[in-house]
Amino acid sequence: MGEIFGMPVQVLMGQLAIGLINGSFYALLSLGLAIIFGLLNVINFAHGAQYMLGAFVAWMLLHYLGIGYWPALLLAPLIVGAIGILMERFMIRKLYHVDHVYGLLLTFGIALILQGLFLNMFGVSGQRYPTPDALRGMVDLGFMFLPIYRGWVIVASLAVCLLTWFIIEKTKLGAYLRAATENPELVRAFGINVPVLITLTYGAGVALAAFAGVMAAPVYQVSPIMGAEIIIVVFAVVVIGGMGSLLGAIVAGFGLGLVEGLTRVFYPEASSVVIFLVMAIVLLLKPSGLFGQAR
Amino acid sequence: MGIELMTDQLLRVENLHARYGESKVLHGLSFSVDRGEVVTLLGRNGAGKTSTLRALMGILPTRDGSILFDGKEIIGLPSNRIARLGMGYVPEERGIFGSLTVAENLVLPPVVRSGAMSLDEIYTLFPNIKERSKSRGTHLSGGEQQMLAMARILRTGAHFLLLDEPTEGLAPIIVHAIADVIKALKARGATILLVEQNFRFASTVADRHYVVEDGRIIDQLANDEIKMNPEKIESYLGIEVEHRRKEASHG
Repeated sequence: MGEIFGMPVQVLMGQLAIGLINGSFYALLSLGLAIIFGLLNVINFAHGAQYMLGAFVAWMLLHYLGIGYWPALLLAPLIVGAIGILMERFMIRKLYHVDHVYGLLLTFGIALILQGLFLNMFGVSGQRYPTPDALRGMVDLGFMFLPIYRGWVIVASLAVCLLTWFIIEKTKLGAYLRAATENPELVRAFGINVPVLITLTYGAGVALAAFAGVMAAPVYQVSPIMGAEIIIVVFAVVVIGGMGSLLGAIVAGFGLGLVEGLTRVFYPEASSVVIFLVMAIVLLLKPSGLFGQAR
Repeated sequence: MGIELMTDQLLRVENLHARYGESKVLHGLSFSVDRGEVVTLLGRNGAGKTSTLRALMGILPTRDGSILFDGKEIIGLPSNRIARLGMGYVPEERGIFGSLTVAENLVLPPVVRSGAMSLDEIYTLFPNIKERSKSRGTHLSGGEQQMLAMARILRTGAHFLLLDEPTEGLAPIIVHAIADVIKALKARGATILLVEQNFRFASTVADRHYVVEDGRIIDQLANDEIKMNPEKIESYLGIEVEHRRKEASHG
């Protein structure tokens, strides 16, 4: 096997694949955050907890009800999305007329409560979630062996991201959403029930987080702190992509996963901070993010 | 005659009060618009004309008094319900969405009544909109944006149109085109409530005028009166004063 920049191809490709997998989760999570921020103007700090909740709901479905991975992939986002809808309807909505910081604090509080609740019930150590039978094993790509499940994560995440992007950019529902993001008052004066649109949008963003959580369950351990670990990176991704920019969230998600992977090959010591380094540079050069518009 | 009420009121506003947060902007307006009429609200900047439209549309939520629209009390309704009754709003800043294409802007508001203009009719009335249907809404010129904002409401079938300063900042040739559109709409039977500072434009399209000051109606003029006696309306609008103030601020 050959080498690239003095690195064996397998090592490089292996890290790039890991980077893409992490990037899949970054993209799914930052996309949900971007959608929510765009319409609600709320920085949803509960996003990590909702991701964790998605993984735990999948785990509970399996352990208590014997419901497997494939139904869980649909059920967990629906259940967690419904919880999100209740949160929006009865809590977050009350804060739209005050400064954004209150929404951030509320969702941060909710995240801490959820995390504490699960820590209390399940402890710090993670629960194992088996890889579904259909996706076990490895596939030989010629230059490396890729676990099938990891390939599935990349493909499915990309598909869900593109589908979400398509719905928002190319459909009538998406046009309502974009218009309401710009001027909710006027969209409502056209006869659209904007409060319901906002509630459903929050639910959809939360469901995306839960979907990522189910996808993550077989890769990482299902643990109460899994959301807290990833969400800080995801916020950096959102800032780099540009607050509220969907394309920015997707591109920055996958891109920064790759950057992280490459750093792990060439300078492993920096791999955990490289995203924040990029964030600092982007903030200095283009404060609204790579794809963001100043608002 | 005389005993029977001959008017056919589409809108009847009585003692309308409204506020923005703590500050009161409307102090008991009363006026009415008959079916098929074009009526303007004239007045100086800050008199409460735009606030009146926003209160009618339900965008100003803290309002009080009575608004009878098509025989139905709408004072307590949210704006999305009011729109569904056939009230269409073209805001002063036109409200064209930059993240939507021209075509998406055009079909954004749902059709609320039968008898709406078809896309073909709209494209005949506003040929520019068809040519630029793939552009971003905000890439249109000011005049085109105004046309789009009006076309957007016509497609919904709304039979009562609230137009907030449709001629503001536009070239004379566009102002003429907008006057033609308003006349064409009137001929189709639309009822229009127009907010204007440009009373010369208003007098070319309207049947009646109300003068708004400090959140109240202070006078009502038939269109003939305004044409015969422009000094009266000029004094209401403080055009002399306004003119000098503008000069001072430019100088």
